[in-house]
Amino acid sequence: MDAAGEQRSAEAQLEPDRKGKSGWSAIEFFNRYGTGIFLVLVCAFFMAQNPNFLSLRNIANILTDVSIYGVIAVGMTFVIITAGVDLAVGATLAFASMFAAWLISKAGVSFGPPWLTALLASVAVGAIVGYIHGKATTFFNVPAFITTLGGMTIWRGASMLINDGGPISGFDEGLRWWGTGAILGVPVPVVVFVLVAAAGYIVQRYTRFGRQIYAIGGNVEAARLTGLNVKAVETSVYMIVGLLSGLAGFLLMARLNSAEAVAGLNYELRVIASVVIGGASLAGGVGGIGGTIIGALLIGVLSNGLVMMGVNAYYQQIVIGVIIVLAVAFDTYAKKHGR
Amino acid sequence: MLLEARNIQKSFPGVKALDGVNLNVRSGEVHALLGENGAGKSTLLKILAGAQAADGGDLMLEGAVLDPADSPLQRQEAGVVTIYQEFNLLPEMSVAENMFLGREPTRHGLINWREMYQRAQAILDDLGLKLDPRKPVRSLSVAEQQMVEIAKAMTFEARLIIMDEPTAALSDREVDVLYRIVRNLRARGVSIIYVTHRLVEVIELCDRFTVLRDGQFVAEGDVAGKEVADLVRMMVGRDVEFVRCTASGQRGDLVLRVENVSRDGTATDPHATVLRNMTVEVYAGEVLGFAGLVGAGRTELARIIFGADRSDEGVIWLGGGRMQLLRSPSEGIDNGIALVPEDRKQQGCFLDQSISQNMTLPSLKNLARWGIFVNETAERELVEKYRKALRIKMPSHSTPIGKLSGGNQQKVLLARCMALSPKVLIVDEPTRGIDIGAKAEVHQVLTDMAKSGVAVIVISSELPEIMAVSDRIAVFREGSITGLVSGDSADEETLMRLMAVGENADLTAAA
Repeated sequence: MDAAGEQRSAEAQLEPDRKGKSGWSAIEFFNRYGTGIFLVLVCAFFMAQNPNFLSLRNIANILTDVSIYGVIAVGMTFVIITAGVDLAVGATLAFASMFAAWLISKAGVSFGPPWLTALLASVAVGAIVGYIHGKATTFFNVPAFITTLGGMTIWRGASMLINDGGPISGFDEGLRWWGTGAILGVPVPVVVFVLVAAAGYIVQRYTRFGRQIYAIGGNVEAARLTGLNVKAVETSVYMIVGLLSGLAGFLLMARLNSAEAVAGLNYELRVIASVVIGGASLAGGVGGIGGTIIGALLIGVLSNGLVMMGVNAYYQQIVIGVIIVLAVAFDTYAKKHGR
Repeated sequence: MLLEARNIQKSFPGVKALDGVNLNVRSGEVHALLGENGAGKSTLLKILAGAQAADGGDLMLEGAVLDPADSPLQRQEAGVVTIYQEFNLLPEMSVAENMFLGREPTRHGLINWREMYQRAQAILDDLGLKLDPRKPVRSLSVAEQQMVEIAKAMTFEARLIIMDEPTAALSDREVDVLYRIVRNLRARGVSIIYVTHRLVEVIELCDRFTVLRDGQFVAEGDVAGKEVADLVRMMVGRDVEFVRCTASGQRGDLVLRVENVSRDGTATDPHATVLRNMTVEVYAGEVLGFAGLVGAGRTELARIIFGADRSDEGVIWLGGGRMQLLRSPSEGIDNGIALVPEDRKQQGCFLDQSISQNMTLPSLKNLARWGIFVNETAERELVEKYRKALRIKMPSHSTPIGKLSGGNQQKVLLARCMALSPKVLIVDEPTRGIDIGAKAEVHQVLTDMAKSGVAVIVISSELPEIMAVSDRIAVFREGSITGLVSGDSADEETLMRLMAVGENADLTAAA
């Protein structure tokens, strides 16, 4: 896969000499803004179908949905830029939130308000789980696909164990505010997502760590020979995505007023799809938070809009699947003929 | 003439891999294709095999022009079969299945197993190979798998078999068997293109040879009457001489000494070079050249010094005192050692990423506020400083490095190391695949570094390059250092003798 990718990029670099200038600038433009334009078109289409689509209430709904997996997608962007992947984010979310709910509801542990205990527990558990994934991947030198595939069932099973598969429900007002409250009219999960995305963007764009993850994804051997501690950086990206999965778990349990062992099922697919639609390559070295946000919004808008149109839920899955493939196919095409 | 390749051209971004290469292979001969790493052998092989298309030039097989756009399968069907160093066999399938893969004899649309085994057996017998066609390939030794590849070639009625480093993973006894098979094929009129860096094999087995150097055709001729030293001269000598520009004896303190580095890597990797008791000293302000053929241990020792690879034994003495060998490149950098690796594309560059990212990555520590946030103003200044100092031609700092020429890419990588202010700078093949003007500029940079007090180690397969820049030259042969020669008094003959034959002559005057 690496060799093929390199071949492709080599071809891409030869191409501009052979092509006229007018040919590639359009492709370049669409490659850069295509997903965003598509998002706008989809919104316009749904609005034409049903004016309620753009009602404040519905927008808040869409954004809240998007925010919960969007938080994870920010972390997943880092993972995918290093040429890794984390299939266990949904299971991590469930395990972290079940553990946090058990801690405050069943074990009765509390320092400060229950929401603080739950938030810290959820985030800490997520980070520890991510650290384990990272260590297992780098220490045993096993592909992250495998370690996190294992993690996916391990943490799902572990979250079932916590309350015998049943949910833990009924939290106090303070905790529920994190899922249902609003700040200046903006739902709290959306505020959290904006903050996380902004932090993610700063890390990606302005820090050494950001440079290092691109370097590792671009050429891991060159990264090692420039003195990067590749294993440490890789471990930390899994820790970050784990931590953010824990945070998403906390938001979700606050929103539903219930922690569930089956929460976040198939989230890994939605999260990876957001990142990939946003322009990242599973081969690593390419991608960014900005694109990921657009990708996450696109998926959120599609799911919501199709429901409002009364489209059968099964068709929704088909539509989203087709869009993932088309987005990546277009990206590949643009890389070959653009630039 | 069986195969004629005329004036073959092939470029990759930043590298001219082949520039006007000719290759003439007669019917029923074993033809050695020689050249150091990066000379263009692999690219030429890929073009012959149909894995890549040449940018220009003609390929003719028995007088008929071959279409450059042929697929590997079309080339095989035309009778040109390539056996790569990494075999193309399916381990779970039988010998016969591998031989006829995709072309199984059929009856009524189903595989005719009996005919397949019979035909496989007939070919194996014909070649004098004692192999059971029903055996799964996974149960065979490396040498036996190679025989399967040869037998597979014969199912195509190959007229030309290309063998890429066929003896690299074979024991001496297995090499003898391979020789016998190759001679058998030759007797039946099959031609072989034989690629190897073991020059003794060329003398023993081959009829004629072609030498490539730096993507260009150097020579062809009969092997009879030639010695290993003659071949070495053609591979590493050069018609164009470089102006000698050394740091001129401003030698300072001893900066680095490695002692008794030994490694027996063969247990884990059959291609690994065994290193024996290597000891080297480098002083501030000098350029120390590492001369030797590929596989002699130059790159291996350099990587061990830098911390990129491990060795079984050895200690390092770095300024302050003796210590264990370094365990990672980051330790190397922390201890003031910098390395510009051998393979720009695979080990050096982040091809799709910007020039600034490529140049500043390891020195961001010093360019970051609180060690975290990159100070982009300082970064721009640093890139600008080296752009001017090394005269790097770049459209902008954000241009992907993959779009630069090879010479400019190499300057960016040199700048990356210089920005670390190293005490020891190791440059492996500083000018491979870059044009002659840029080569002289790179040489100037290296000697300037030495003048400023850095200990510079230069590894090169081109003797004139080593002779042009080095104050002292360490000569490597088969995992040992066979001599230490002063750069001023070195001549090609002496160096080549040490590289090829390795007499431990009294040439240590410079030490």
